[in-house]
Amino acid sequence: MSAARISTGAPMLRITDVWKAFGEESVLRGISLDVRQHEVVVLIGASGSGKSTLLRCVNGLETVDAGTILLDGDIDVTAFKADLDRVRRRVGIVFQSYNLFPHLTVLDNVTLGPRKVLREPASSAEDRARTLLARFGLLEKAGDYPDRLSGGQQQRVAIVRALAMSPEILLFDEITSALDPLLVGEVLDAVRELKSEGLTILMATHEMSFARDVADRVCFLSGGVVCEEGPPDQVLGAPREPLTRAFLAHLLG
Amino acid sequence: MTVAGGDHVAVDRAGSAPYVDPARVRYRKRHAVRSAAIGILSLLVTTAVVIAVVVRTPGWPAVQETFFNPEEFAASFPELVEAFWLNIRIFLIAEPLILIVGLSVALVRRLRNPLFLPLRLLATVYVDIFRGVPTLLVILLLGFGVPALDLQGAPDNVLVWGIVALVLSYGAYVAEVFRAGIDSVHPSQRMAARSLGLSEWQTNRYVVLPQAVRNVTPPLLNDFISLQKDTALVSVLGPIEVLRQAQIDASFNFNYTPYVAAACLFIALTIPMTRFADWLQARQRRQRGMGAAT
Repeated sequence: MSAARISTGAPMLRITDVWKAFGEESVLRGISLDVRQHEVVVLIGASGSGKSTLLRCVNGLETVDAGTILLDGDIDVTAFKADLDRVRRRVGIVFQSYNLFPHLTVLDNVTLGPRKVLREPASSAEDRARTLLARFGLLEKAGDYPDRLSGGQQQRVAIVRALAMSPEILLFDEITSALDPLLVGEVLDAVRELKSEGLTILMATHEMSFARDVADRVCFLSGGVVCEEGPPDQVLGAPREPLTRAFLAHLLG
Repeated sequence: MTVAGGDHVAVDRAGSAPYVDPARVRYRKRHAVRSAAIGILSLLVTTAVVIAVVVRTPGWPAVQETFFNPEEFAASFPELVEAFWLNIRIFLIAEPLILIVGLSVALVRRLRNPLFLPLRLLATVYVDIFRGVPTLLVILLLGFGVPALDLQGAPDNVLVWGIVALVLSYGAYVAEVFRAGIDSVHPSQRMAARSLGLSEWQTNRYVVLPQAVRNVTPPLLNDFISLQKDTALVSVLGPIEVLRQAQIDASFNFNYTPYVAAACLFIALTIPMTRFADWLQARQRRQRGMGAAT
């Protein structure tokens, strides 16, 4: 764990002065943020603080109004004619509501991307998918349809599906918010497993104890900018900004 | 863990077989038997009353002679069956073409590339026109109109134009059914597919369309049943299909039994299809019920 914490090198993701409004409502107001390789960055903040919007801008599901998002120093996600399919091959995203394909089995859900986008032969895609599913305790579910799975299992399949594309960075958008409290643990364990392997992760969450445990850096978003950022112990344990303190106090009731 | 009162102890029932009070089992069984008996009795009484009333009406002998004459039925039936084969062939040729036209039009109407604006407009105009004009009118217009043009290379067989008219008319309906099916797939599915790096086309092909087609199978079957009946409309152009054959037979001795016989043939074809559609719909409901979370 300590190896992953000392991250060096150029940022894997560099977000610079990004603005995004929906109609008259400004959600992102010149936000800037770097994520280095092997780093786990956790976004916290109230609902509507722009966490989800920021994640969706990173893989081009939303287009920014201004600013730049650079991936790996060479792909500009925000270029007017950006090749978003190319971006999305390298950026994996997992959503709050799983969004598995209900008409495909677990195995086909996982192999669809590798087979159709990466043009991987079916046999090798399936071998890789089985290995990944086994690692997350889902191998015996490979032939099942998603509606036969619990929410926690579905979300772990969604993580495996994103992982099967061998992304350079993974985005998690409140992936435990739609889950029964009893099932949150298994999904968070899956994220810990990914961190231990050195994946680069940018995630939005409301699970503060988990953020404290897994994050290399916590960013508190407020008013469309990063209000406070730093190591989890500092941001969550001894916040400097009054807004951060108010947010955490509110969360703890 | 004793509760107040002492003798009520929490029992771990996990894994044990479901338990139903025997008195309740007897009550449910009695209730089921009673429901079945009432249903059958009610059906028998109603049928008897209807038959008694109909048979006693003063016009019944004439109706029976004109519409339900066994000899007429037997005499016309073989010819009608033969003619009905043409209806089935019209249906079998028209149906796949309708599916192709419908799906293509539905997809064209969803294209967002400005380059395809003319195509999109054309598709919209097509659907507007052919959904608005009665099928019979389209058949008359094409069946008598186009051969009259004497166009070089255009087939002058009215049957061909009858089928083209059916395809155009039903294609517009089926296009709307497909479009509704595509719209019924939640946008988050498209989003999930695109974020895996699938292109617009791949997203449609592997994620949206399979779900869309599944969602609209029952309404599509409904349109097919309707098409089976509407093959009879081609009779106005002259081909001797079952309705035209019945017409010929009926006018031969002023007896309408052949019409009833033709109706029986249509029913024999559409009822299995209707039951199949019902079964599919019920199966889909069961599957949906299980996956309520998504």
